[in-house]
Amino acid sequence: MTTLRPSHRESPENHQASPPQPTRALSSRFARWDKKYSAYVYILPFFVLFALVGAIPLAYTAWVSLNDWSLIGGQGDFIGFDNYVAVLGERNFWIALRNTLSIFIIQVIPQLVIGLAIAAALDRNLRNGTLWRMGVLLPFIVMPVAVALIFNSLYGDQYGLINTTLQSLGLPTVGWHSDVLPSHIAIATMVDYRWTGYAALILLAGMQAIPRDYYEAATLDGAGSLRQFFSITIPQLRGTLIFVIVTATIGGLQIFDEPRLFDDQGLGGPDGQWLTLTLYLYKLGWNDLDFGRASAVAWLLFCLIAIIALINLFITTRIASSARRKRKGE
Amino acid sequence: MSTPRLVPNPTKRRRNLTGGRRAGFGSYAFLALCLVIGFLPFYWSFLIGSGDSGTLRDPNRSWIPGANFLENVGEVINNPTVNFWAALRNSIIVSVTVAASVVFFSTLAGFAFAKLKFRGRGWLLTAVVATTAVPTQLGVVPLFIIMSELGWTGTIGAVIIPNLVTAFGVFWMTQYLGQVLPDELIESAQVDGANSFRTFWHIVLPSARPAAAMLGLFTFIATWTDFFWPSIVLDARNPTLPVSLRLLQANYFVDYSIVLAGALIATIPLLLLFVLAGKQLVSGIMQGAVKG
Repeated sequence: MTTLRPSHRESPENHQASPPQPTRALSSRFARWDKKYSAYVYILPFFVLFALVGAIPLAYTAWVSLNDWSLIGGQGDFIGFDNYVAVLGERNFWIALRNTLSIFIIQVIPQLVIGLAIAAALDRNLRNGTLWRMGVLLPFIVMPVAVALIFNSLYGDQYGLINTTLQSLGLPTVGWHSDVLPSHIAIATMVDYRWTGYAALILLAGMQAIPRDYYEAATLDGAGSLRQFFSITIPQLRGTLIFVIVTATIGGLQIFDEPRLFDDQGLGGPDGQWLTLTLYLYKLGWNDLDFGRASAVAWLLFCLIAIIALINLFITTRIASSARRKRKGE
Repeated sequence: MSTPRLVPNPTKRRRNLTGGRRAGFGSYAFLALCLVIGFLPFYWSFLIGSGDSGTLRDPNRSWIPGANFLENVGEVINNPTVNFWAALRNSIIVSVTVAASVVFFSTLAGFAFAKLKFRGRGWLLTAVVATTAVPTQLGVVPLFIIMSELGWTGTIGAVIIPNLVTAFGVFWMTQYLGQVLPDELIESAQVDGANSFRTFWHIVLPSARPAAAMLGLFTFIATWTDFFWPSIVLDARNPTLPVSLRLLQANYFVDYSIVLAGALIATIPLLLLFVLAGKQLVSGIMQGAVKG
């Protein structure tokens, strides 16, 4: 209010020197109202929608998780933390947790390394640069469902392209749908197929903000491309790298589409080989019809994401500050 | 050495007039390899999708496409359980509505945050950014309960409503408008007697066009490819394309020729859009990352 007042006192007098007539008075009242409140009206849709589909459901999830609640019967008795106890006592929860973390780690490292390599290549002065960038982004527009169906057939245990190629080379075939680690690798490649180009473009944008004279000075000092990459590009890119890692973490821990579509049952494999936490949540809610336990999983997953995000933040700020100290020391 | 443009010496290669380092053969080769890997799955799905039902199982299949593609496509689009035409129509309606709405409301809110003075602006904007940390996916259980209470499950409204405006969109437009739109332009419009909504409509919206194009494209793609929530709230009677493709897989799990033909044709509309407007998207992604 205090910040608004001065301009408000001024504006009516400035614009309307003549004594206000009835219609004038109405319009100036509207103008004053407009100036004071319309900004709130403009931002209102976001907050209303967020409350309806973000905040309230999340709080409601906490309430549902404390009740015996089924898809068909609706709300049952209040049972406190029994759902959490039950979920934490289930073998499938721990399998899903292990799978989620495993797929995430297998997925995120190549995504960053290859993404950085692509970005570094695109950062050069390329002929038809935009076309190359578009080409790299192309996989991003394919539906995850389509990617999953396609990769599913590529990774077919018996007839897939990868296994038939291995066979023709005289190598043993891999049980992509029967073994744990191979299924995680297969799912991680689907995620990377879609996201590496996108990550590369964001990293490229960060790279282009690095002053070019750093490289010129380094070249004059006799530093090679690789040395320049590790001594200039990577440290200068810290902020963008953090952004990419945090985004990949939040998305990666909620992974659903690819494991759901990795076979036609969509339940994470006969022995939970690629059952992830979100898939487990889905299975509890819409297959076992137990909304209470599904909500408990949702909250556990939320805590996991928050913890990992905090660890991320802690590590990256430590790295950032130690790097700053080192630079000052030099 | 007499023609330095054709045979550059090693030091010159790293510098040119714009200051960027020129790409060598290695960069081109690496990027070309990435494109081939990116394109291979498309070709593979066309290869299998254009064969007959035995193509996937045939160990001696060739790398030349078969002749059955159109037949397989026909099988997909005429299949009653998959409801392809309804799915295509729904996907178009949902993606267009959501993209238009996200652009409109985000620009409106971005205008308020970037150019209007009001109490609480700082912390409200912080609140917008903070909401991106709340994974809305985790509210699916109560959201589903709400939707079924309202009787909206099975209707595309249940897919449209939760996505009408996004925190990313608001933040993106705030950043953009704060940088490109001069305060004087807004002030002069107000001196001329335009109310704030007219200012928005005639001045802000047109100047937001480049950022709005990127936001619209991005939202369109994200909505078109979205699977998790639609698969929960929609069913076979009224699907979107990803849901319908899922049904195709569940019904035809033996016949990959048809499944992959379906996967390919469901991607074609986005491919076309990307060819037409991909440049905007690419430059938008890059712009956003520099500023964000």
